[in-house]
Amino acid sequence: MTARTIRIGAGAGFSGDRIEPALELVEHGQLDFLAFECLAERTIALAQAARRIDPDAGFDPLLEDRMRMVLPAAHARGVRIVTNMGAANPAGAARLVARIARDLGLHGLRVAAVSGDDVLDIVRAGDFALTDRPGTSRDLGDAIVSANAYLGADGIVAALAGGADVVITGRVGDPALFLGPMIHAFGWARDDWERLGRGTVVGHLLECAGQVTGGYFADPGVKDVPGLARLGFPFADVAADGSAVLGKVDGSGGRLSVATCKEQALYEILDPGAYLQADVVADFRTVAFDQVAPDRVAVSGGGGAQQPDTLKVSIGYGDGFLGEGQISYAGPGAVARGRLALDIVRERLDMTGAPVTDLRFEMIGVDAIDRTGRGTAPEPREVRIRVAGRAATRAGAERIGAEVEALYTNGPFGGGGAVTAVREVLAVASTLIDRTRISPTVHYEVA
Amino acid sequence: MILRDVAHIRTGDKGDISQIAVIAYSAADFALLAEHVTADRVAGHFADLPIRSIHRYELPALGALNFVLEGALRGGVTRSLALDAHGKTLGAQLLDLIIDRD
Repeated sequence: MTARTIRIGAGAGFSGDRIEPALELVEHGQLDFLAFECLAERTIALAQAARRIDPDAGFDPLLEDRMRMVLPAAHARGVRIVTNMGAANPAGAARLVARIARDLGLHGLRVAAVSGDDVLDIVRAGDFALTDRPGTSRDLGDAIVSANAYLGADGIVAALAGGADVVITGRVGDPALFLGPMIHAFGWARDDWERLGRGTVVGHLLECAGQVTGGYFADPGVKDVPGLARLGFPFADVAADGSAVLGKVDGSGGRLSVATCKEQALYEILDPGAYLQADVVADFRTVAFDQVAPDRVAVSGGGGAQQPDTLKVSIGYGDGFLGEGQISYAGPGAVARGRLALDIVRERLDMTGAPVTDLRFEMIGVDAIDRTGRGTAPEPREVRIRVAGRAATRAGAERIGAEVEALYTNGPFGGGGAVTAVREVLAVASTLIDRTRISPTVHYEVA
Repeated sequence: MILRDVAHIRTGDKGDISQIAVIAYSAADFALLAEHVTADRVAGHFADLPIRSIHRYELPALGALNFVLEGALRGGVTRSLALDAHGKTLGAQLLDLIIDRD
């Protein structure tokens, strides 16, 4: 199959993203493909934990809602869907989507599951140097719950060639969700590094959905964006040379400009000359943007170099429990009372021998997120103290919130609105595995 | 003049790394950014941010600088106990960096 241009829309930029912009794109965007990126770094570890409790679980919780909404319109218009909502269970997700399609009367809908990213057995059997800290995978021991390689576009390309209307993957590099349809449509060679690099640039611009159409951009009076409550998600008209024009549905909210594109182009890029993906090492240094019409931006340039010999692997592991407590103080002297409260909790945790580490004592509104160390003047009329720490057990973590809550009757004057929280920490470490040890597999469900 | 007058910013994260892209509104101001927004000044601005290293990438074609702050996220988003574990607010805190136009 070869095409002059294809139009790919972005239906979600993270797991919890808004639901309805995808339907707007399908109904009014004249799409060929719609991709949903829903898998954050840690999401797959959480999904794997869910699957251990229920073997049929482990995929994105919003999969059913998103599919029920877009499938009828997508089917009617021939829009093919690609998503990583399979998380830790692409096969189970594909079964669910086929079942939903049957419910909706979309008989014959072909759903592909792309697997092969789960490398837990390889990691458990070996010992791999961690790339983001000292040590090896073996140091994480029995705490490891998941290990998933960032696959490239191969499985998606194979599934589209196999006639899939919906392609559901586990972990793939986010841009691959968009690069897959491009490779399929244009027949790009898998060593055409320049086109693969350009396609990756376009995929990267789209993968966070509304973040390129004015989401995460507004700064009132400086960078204004209209209609954020009905933000339109982006699409790209991609040409066979890998250049593209980005747009959004006319009448939708948001703003698509050279400035919004530049912000998204560099978002989470480390070395702009070497953006490592499974398919290609993309180069963003020569990317150029041109506002060709209101809310239409042409993307040109960019390039690529040969893909790396290794694939990045995220290892999810249990890392104890986070305990937290917060309480507010207001009025004259609020900051001083907040400081006293923090001192009391610090002393209490110490004198009672609470089994907690990595403690943080901070004041929201003063020093909880500010890292410039300049302080706040004049003093705010309200502050909220926060104590957080780590513990090996849930009971240990609960000690932190308990000491904060006890400030009601044992602490400074006028505390209010105490909340406590404990959550299990699933952390992620990274390693690299030789790409020859990992390959995608595709299987189909037909509605 | 402060950085906010000439540039806009987006912040991202990768593991234990915070990444801050500083983008000139006008391409003509790239040289101004390159001169004034040095890695040392950015590191100094974040006096309370423990980092192992900071590296600045220059993107003249985009009129942008990309700062990579290693170790900024206390073990990374998934381990950090910080209120803003992603460090998403860091870029905005850089907007009041003072820029003296010669």
